[in-house]
Amino acid sequence: MLAAFAAQPAGAQNIANYQPVTEARLLKPEPQNWLHYRGNFEGWGYSSLDRITTQNVRRLKPVWTFSTGTVEGHQAPPFVNNGVMFVSTPGNQVLALNAKTGDLIWRYKRELPEDIIQSHPTNRGIALFEDKVYLATLDAFVVALDAKTGKMLWESKVDDYKRAYYFTLAPLVAKGKVMVGTSGGEFGIRGYVAALDAQTGKEVWRTYTVPAPGEPGHDSWQGEDHWKTGGGSVWVTGHYDPKLNTAYWGTGNPSPWVGDMHPGDSLYTASVIALDVDTGNMRAYHQYTPNESWDWDEVSAPLLIEFKRNGRDIQGLVHPGRNGYLWLLERQQDAIKFVDAKPFVKQEVFTAIDPKTGRPTVDESKKPAIGKTVTFCPSHWGGKDWPPAAWNPKTRLLYVPAHENLCSTFKSDEKRPDYEAGKRFAGTDAAATRVFRREGAKHIGELQAWDLDTGKKVWTYEYPHINWGPVLTTGGGLVFAGGSSDRMFRAFDARTGKVLWEFRANSGVTAVPVSYMVDGVQYIAVQAGLGVDAQKMITRLDQTMKTSTYVPQGGVIWVFAVKD
Amino acid sequence: MTDKTTTKVRTQVSGAGARRNLLKAATGAAALGLIPVRATAQADPRSMRPQAGDRFVYSSGPRKGAVIATSDLTAGGPHVTAYAQHPESAVVRDGSRLNEVLLVRLDPRDLTDTARVNAPDGVVAFSAICTHAGCSDWAWDAAKKMLKCPCHESEFDPKDEARVSVGPATRRLPRLPVKVTDGALVVTGAFIGRIGSDLT
Repeated sequence: MLAAFAAQPAGAQNIANYQPVTEARLLKPEPQNWLHYRGNFEGWGYSSLDRITTQNVRRLKPVWTFSTGTVEGHQAPPFVNNGVMFVSTPGNQVLALNAKTGDLIWRYKRELPEDIIQSHPTNRGIALFEDKVYLATLDAFVVALDAKTGKMLWESKVDDYKRAYYFTLAPLVAKGKVMVGTSGGEFGIRGYVAALDAQTGKEVWRTYTVPAPGEPGHDSWQGEDHWKTGGGSVWVTGHYDPKLNTAYWGTGNPSPWVGDMHPGDSLYTASVIALDVDTGNMRAYHQYTPNESWDWDEVSAPLLIEFKRNGRDIQGLVHPGRNGYLWLLERQQDAIKFVDAKPFVKQEVFTAIDPKTGRPTVDESKKPAIGKTVTFCPSHWGGKDWPPAAWNPKTRLLYVPAHENLCSTFKSDEKRPDYEAGKRFAGTDAAATRVFRREGAKHIGELQAWDLDTGKKVWTYEYPHINWGPVLTTGGGLVFAGGSSDRMFRAFDARTGKVLWEFRANSGVTAVPVSYMVDGVQYIAVQAGLGVDAQKMITRLDQTMKTSTYVPQGGVIWVFAVKD
Repeated sequence: MTDKTTTKVRTQVSGAGARRNLLKAATGAAALGLIPVRATAQADPRSMRPQAGDRFVYSSGPRKGAVIATSDLTAGGPHVTAYAQHPESAVVRDGSRLNEVLLVRLDPRDLTDTARVNAPDGVVAFSAICTHAGCSDWAWDAAKKMLKCPCHESEFDPKDEARVSVGPATRRLPRLPVKVTDGALVVTGAFIGRIGSDLT
């Protein structure tokens, strides 16, 4: 056994002519490839490929599949670099495949420690840079693999999984640095973004999302030592503006969840933070929900979009928030300015938004508090959770996967819980939590299209049940998304929201779809394999709706093309 | 996907688990006298699973470390979490979180026939590690007398040997047989079933 692990497996198939992913290519990715988590640094989820159109999409058919051999939440996009596909799955497995044929080229599987807690058994993607593939792991390492062979080149321990620090996000690579953020907001971690040298794995900087004594923002934490366990996870990949040399990251809930267990605004939780990529210095922030109390992690980074407002072109940050508001902000050197915010689902907690600062006023009767049982809408999964929205520069519409008509009840503990490393630190009675569909409502999931220039919603597609579908939009005038418990993966007309094509997969489709091209053929690729929060929401809804919903688990990579 | 391609596939394994296997391999070699190794985890009494004759102490909360008597357990729940303790040396077996135990005292009449065996005064003991994803923070549903795992909403019935009543878990919690001796709750044997997550 010792010998088996000491020696390299024989007969590895190298990828001939692998094209290194340079910084220049990351800045201007070719249309035929998918080199970023969301296709570009701006986070658009957009492919300019236009061979699959509103006219021919009805002829879209599967051309190959690949079973991942794992269960739970398949959420990662297939990355594609000149005909080579890289896919990560739950359990920190990476598969390298021929993107045209589905032939497996190599497989990497991290063996996780037996005592690990997989609170979020998922992985949201890898990153590509030069000749390496980067994976952030559930046991809080960053691993660099040889893109040609899958051989591990280095691993760098970033934190201690036994204290419930773990990674689920796809790393962001820019300017030779691999940036990752920590999960663990239900366990009283102190969130951060860390940058490693892409060549060596050595940590270059680390910026905490909860400031220590003496740092700006620390006075927003009133309780002694609350900041040490203050939460502010970084669940999802940041977006990057090369001109400003700034990466924008969303931050999660404060810990514990309940607001008066962490009095003060609790900066920089439930915020967007702007970090200098060279130094990690925080240049600006905007907090969406001060003293956040509803588990409304603002997990997604805002999309970098130019939109018009009052006759002005604004270099924007656009964020459909977990708190149910669509936030329009302006990014500037060393500043984030509030532009506008409006609810995109029924939001019964905020009573007003300050027009200058964007600070919400809260109905205190709908805010969880020590010793109280409180009901609020949207639910603690919010108006939009982690599944990313998409922006199409041709239609100039933003596509938002949303949950409407969903509410939660929290029963908060009688006192702030004592922190214990690696233990749940939420401050609510999980057995008393309820999630329910609003009385009289007929649907829950929505896919919405918004015109940012006018601030108006253009179309809405309604799902009777959940929608945990990340969104892809294309130059062919299409929007692709799964997300529903009926296991469908759908293509919509990007301008009207009409369903033009649908395909029933093996499991629910809650992964990020992508598009790429090999030898002149455009493909659509996505993983099916429902789990994690989508599974949890189904279970919670079954409890209150007295239903019994079974969505089989198990991962499959699906690749589609139009066949004549 | 041709056979030719798949037979050439390189599979890489790394991580703490792989290092653990290396240790196991080294330990095996040491048994043959090939490599000197330090004491392994299994030889460390703190890391050993509960042993016959062990008693229980609270694993967290204000009474952490105090010995648990049957009378400390509220009839009808909720549960308490515990570690086993070697009675003579007072060593608490908290060297691995996988050793944590759930204790629940129920009305013996509410237990199924098989659950009533090794359930003195209605006390049943299970592994505190959820078989789904390895979480160990439990909520108690007082109305249904069910153990709920808030990580992913799995629910286990302690009245029926921790049978899964709501998934995603697919396997019951391993049971730990216990008896009462002079008012003290005592382990009588090893966990029945594999401890830990089905995802690793």
